[in-house]
Amino acid sequence: MSADAHNLAGPAGHGHEAHAHSEGGHGSIQSYLTGFVLSVILTVIPFWLVMGNVLDNSLVTTLVILALGGVQMVVHVVYFLHMSTKSEGGWTFMALIFTITLVVIMLAGSVWVMYHLNHNMMPMDAHDVMNNAR
Amino acid sequence: MMHAETAPPGAAAPVFYQTDEEGHHSEGSTMLGFWLYLMSDCLIFATLFATYGVLGRSYAAGPTPKELFDLPGIAVNTAMLLFSSITYGFAMLEMDRDRVKQTQIWLAVTGLFGAAFVFLEIREFVHLFHEGAPPWRSAFLSSFYTLVSTHGLHVSMGILWLIVLMVQVRKHGLIVENKRRLMCLSMFWHFLDLIWIGVFTVVYLMGVLE
Repeated sequence: MSADAHNLAGPAGHGHEAHAHSEGGHGSIQSYLTGFVLSVILTVIPFWLVMGNVLDNSLVTTLVILALGGVQMVVHVVYFLHMSTKSEGGWTFMALIFTITLVVIMLAGSVWVMYHLNHNMMPMDAHDVMNNAR
Repeated sequence: MMHAETAPPGAAAPVFYQTDEEGHHSEGSTMLGFWLYLMSDCLIFATLFATYGVLGRSYAAGPTPKELFDLPGIAVNTAMLLFSSITYGFAMLEMDRDRVKQTQIWLAVTGLFGAAFVFLEIREFVHLFHEGAPPWRSAFLSSFYTLVSTHGLHVSMGILWLIVLMVQVRKHGLIVENKRRLMCLSMFWHFLDLIWIGVFTVVYLMGVLE
């Protein structure tokens, strides 16, 4: 397995990379605390928005909490996972971009297709019928 | 087998492997390999999120998220996981300074926060069962339990891994191998916290909003 990964990383400059990693690989106390404070703020705001019913429009609230969740994920990747475009010679970043692409296609595609399938196939949403009957 | 798979039919290959074996186990390649594992794990969670996204509003006349979810409890759960992330960070900083005892203490604190998270989640599930919301009640609940318990199972395995590593550090100290293992677990642990952001946003907060 390590040979496989090594192949990916490429032989050039490999020893140097490993060295750099062990030196500055997992950040400083400042980076952890910055990440922590940002995470707390980005967690408290969405909970406050939803629990306090701050915004009247639930669509706006949904978009805001999704955006804050996305920002917090970036904060975690940068300050806790110490990802940068340069770590491991850029290969971790490449893998991350590839994964994000797949995830977006999978999530957006599934929800989009299944929504239209529901919409087109059923005269009325099945759960609406049942919820009304309740 | 590994050789047969990876070695290209060329003269360069033997030289390549020789350098790999001469040096100590290369940290960089392990970290990259573990990162690739995390990305594949990310895809597992993405499929479960997609399933929840499709089925999450199919209540089958059963209970809805608004009736079921207790947001203050979820906030406490979120805090547990976030605290465990920062304490693991402290453990890594102590590891960098080769201080075994402090590393072990922070690892133990991390494990306790993780255990508190799993405990609260199990308690929530038990509560939901009593409320008449088991997984077989509706498609929403099936997809909810699959997604959330897969994450919980990951955290539980992370705690098991953490305990094993604490025993390893106790026996062998902070040797190169143990440092590498602790760094892998660090990535795993922070990754689980990242997935939880998606869970509390999409499942709990958006569920209560509807």
